[in-house]
Amino acid sequence: MSQTDFPLLTWVTFFPLLGTVILLFLNKEKKETIRWVTLIVTLLEFAFSLPLFFQFRVDIPTMQFMEKAAWIPDYGMSYLLGIDGISLFLVLLTTFFTFVSVIACWKDIQEKVKEFMICLLFLETGMIGVFVALDLFLFYVFWEVMLIPMYFLIGIWGNPQRRIYAAVKFFIYTMVGSVLMLVAILVLYFHNAAATGTYTFDLLQLYKLQVPINVQFWLFLAFGLAFAIKVPMFPFHTWLPDAHTEAPTVGSVLLAAVLLKMGTYGFLRFSIPLFPNASYQLVPLVSILAIIGIIYGALVCLVQKDLKRLIAFSSVSHLGFVMLGLFALNLQGIEGGILQMLNHGFSTGALFLLVGMIYERRHTRMIEDFGGLWKQMPVFGAFFIVVTLSSIGLPGLNGFVGELLILIGTFKSTPVYAVIAATGIILAAAYMLWMYQRVMFGELTKAENKVLKDLSAREVLILSCVTLFIFWIGIYPQTFLSRIEPTVKGYLTQVNTKYQAGLKLQEGDKIRIAQVESKR
Amino acid sequence: MNVVIPEINWTAIGPELTLSITAMVLLLLSVVSKQTTRGVIPYLSLVGIGVALLLCFSLWGKPEYAFNRMVVNDNYSLFFKIIFLITTALTVLMSIRYLKEEGFDHGEYYVLVLFAAVGMMFMASAADLIIIFLGLETFSLSLYVLAGFFRTNPKSNEASLKYFLLGAFSTGFLLYGIALIYGATGTTNLKGIYEFVRKIPSLPDPLLLIGMGLLIVGFGFKVASVPFHMWTPDVYEGAPTSITAFMSVGPKAAGFAAFLRVFLYALSSLQTDWVWILWVLAVLTMTLGNIVAIAQKNIKRMLAYSSIAHAGYILVAMVAAGELGTASVLYYILAYAFMNLGAFGVIILYGRKGEENVNLSDYSGMASKYPLLAAVMAIFMFSLAGIPPTAGFVGKFYIFSAAVKAGYIGLAIIGVLNSALSVFFYLRVTVMMYMRNPEKELARLDPSPAMVIALIIAVFGTLQIGITPSHYLNLAKQSILALM
Repeated sequence: MSQTDFPLLTWVTFFPLLGTVILLFLNKEKKETIRWVTLIVTLLEFAFSLPLFFQFRVDIPTMQFMEKAAWIPDYGMSYLLGIDGISLFLVLLTTFFTFVSVIACWKDIQEKVKEFMICLLFLETGMIGVFVALDLFLFYVFWEVMLIPMYFLIGIWGNPQRRIYAAVKFFIYTMVGSVLMLVAILVLYFHNAAATGTYTFDLLQLYKLQVPINVQFWLFLAFGLAFAIKVPMFPFHTWLPDAHTEAPTVGSVLLAAVLLKMGTYGFLRFSIPLFPNASYQLVPLVSILAIIGIIYGALVCLVQKDLKRLIAFSSVSHLGFVMLGLFALNLQGIEGGILQMLNHGFSTGALFLLVGMIYERRHTRMIEDFGGLWKQMPVFGAFFIVVTLSSIGLPGLNGFVGELLILIGTFKSTPVYAVIAATGIILAAAYMLWMYQRVMFGELTKAENKVLKDLSAREVLILSCVTLFIFWIGIYPQTFLSRIEPTVKGYLTQVNTKYQAGLKLQEGDKIRIAQVESKR
Repeated sequence: MNVVIPEINWTAIGPELTLSITAMVLLLLSVVSKQTTRGVIPYLSLVGIGVALLLCFSLWGKPEYAFNRMVVNDNYSLFFKIIFLITTALTVLMSIRYLKEEGFDHGEYYVLVLFAAVGMMFMASAADLIIIFLGLETFSLSLYVLAGFFRTNPKSNEASLKYFLLGAFSTGFLLYGIALIYGATGTTNLKGIYEFVRKIPSLPDPLLLIGMGLLIVGFGFKVASVPFHMWTPDVYEGAPTSITAFMSVGPKAAGFAAFLRVFLYALSSLQTDWVWILWVLAVLTMTLGNIVAIAQKNIKRMLAYSSIAHAGYILVAMVAAGELGTASVLYYILAYAFMNLGAFGVIILYGRKGEENVNLSDYSGMASKYPLLAAVMAIFMFSLAGIPPTAGFVGKFYIFSAAVKAGYIGLAIIGVLNSALSVFFYLRVTVMMYMRNPEKELARLDPSPAMVIALIIAVFGTLQIGITPSHYLNLAKQSILALM
């Protein structure tokens, strides 16, 4: 199959929006119809996104499926879309998990179903838009737009006690980071205009711009803050446990599976290639924060009593690994980082689904309220152990491949980081297995737990879909890596060339300054 | 002595003339006609506004002078006139049912609104300080009366008196400033001042500088910038809501129209002398407006402080100046007109006689009963907060890009952080509407067709200018050529 002229990315991005229009005309009392329509829309959406995978050409390291149209031509804003090996799987992850989410919330969401589904589809458009936009202005628009539906998902359907606090905290935290990024985007834009004479927000054009190193630092920090909050990196992670804990199951799933990837994606797509010299010089800062995140997240997990909070903090730890891999700035590290983004999506997404399932039955998330569930729910237990082990990184499952690549990459660049980070894996095994043991094994002491029903066919279906990918990536990662690798190779060449050029420029400046001073 | 009567160029003041004649006819009509036929007055005023709007469009691109170059009808003034006319039309549409409900359905209301619009339009097309003063007084006097239009309501009276006293005070400042500038330059004509200031040596006359400072005070009052904002919350709270809507957009826009023409054109050579004052004012205005808005429990007061903050953003663009800065002021005011009028429209619709529903807590659970109205309000709130894809976002984007381009990166950072801060109180309205349960039985809403039309126009404007801003930006850029 070959790539055609059909504007596939536009279609994939805005098809969910079409779905919301259909939903608007449905009677809100007909909840079942609304659910089915949304399911069909998201299934079709997933089907539409598959050609991206099949028609993706591994021989091209640059952007594919590009679409360009003028938007605000006078100011150089364009409607520019495209994907490469970095964003391909993130788009697929989004379409897949939105589909899974619709099935997962079938019983969970009973109030305001119509509004919920509209938010969900609106969110999907926003998320895909972030991954496919190649114009900085367009990217920023999607980045902000996506906040609105997520804010409503948490604030309306979240846990009644603290949902408003969590929703507002989520919104404001992200907003503060992103407005500073906006200023940085503007500075970059005018810098480019001064250097080349053209006003453009086109990312591919801006890649070519050589920003002076002292300016690079500031811009890197401004972009970095926005992305670090989203990742979330230590010490900007405090919104995450609240948002995760208070959000409805589906909200947590999408937050974990997709939204957190936007931060790491942002570093990879924007910060590193736009400001390579600053990136190289700030590797210690980012890596140390990432390592603190890994260890701190893991330690906090050990003392959590709430299942959702525990998984939320494990995300902080896992995304620390991703950041460490990306900032190893070599082939294995970045490849591992990208793969680990997917892995985290599948594993943590699945964990939130599982917690949601027992929450629906028991209406509690406290670990101490469970114990001995294995006797009542063996099928649940089986899925739970697979996902738990995948999160720990057991060989044969997805987590192992990603973490291994990251550690290899980090070891090649700075061995000491790899050694410290590896302890995070041991801690992960400790908190995950301990949690599993307390929930599933032991005596069935609580009376409420003795009447729990095992998973329904619907729930088995969702978990099977996700587990399929957990095994697939674990056993044959080549399907994924073969598409990621060419892009990463091209990416590294580009970044390194620019880095060297930046260094030369700096050397040149120093020599010139020395000459001027010696003449005096 | 030979008295020469200058040739009067009637076409240059066509839109103003149309509105004035309409207003006078309506004034007679409201006295002569019977109670039953008075209902046509608002619709007739809409016809007058429509004709004036058509005249504005037909005059586009053809600058004309009148009255010895005291009045100029260029694209810049036309852009503002179109904003004033849209604002007036939306205000009239929103007022019809509201006045009937409150029992103040008098024809004078519409007449005064039209006269206020005439004053604002003169202010936008003033090419002379005297005309600026005349325009300012015309609309101010109308608004003093309008603010107290609910004459049996003590709060409305208080608003009127407060607005009048402080307004008169600020007019004094403005007039004194004009006098000093006349003393220093020998002319009140803006072009004359421009020519004079351009030639003076680097250290200008202190008289001129003091005059300039007094002008800043005078304009600062009208656009409600800190520290001249004290009247805003009380007046906005007490005045009839439809007049609050009108006041939050019209006079502010008119104030900026004259402010820009005087400072970015006539006094542009003194930029280094005034730019730092405006820098400080911008920072104070944004920060105080946003911080105090957070503490408000009354939505009208909250929007009053929010309007102060928005004046601060516009001041940022004035500091940036240049082509981008000036164009972004125009664009921002256009966007602001739609979103702010829309928000007040929702407030008018949601209240009723004896139960104004202006506390934030009155909005709790609104979405469960009126999902459409809540969605409309949410759009205005997100737009005021500057979140895409709305007009408010693009407006802020241009303002901050102008600031960055002009090298005021610190100011841009303060601005965007303020914008993030403002999200908090705008979000609170959506929190109330969507995330809380109703605290009381919500009464049935009865929207009039006119109100529905007004809200549709406001929503459409807010979204359309936000999603396809290109066209409006070009209009703004064409409009400012007169100042460059």
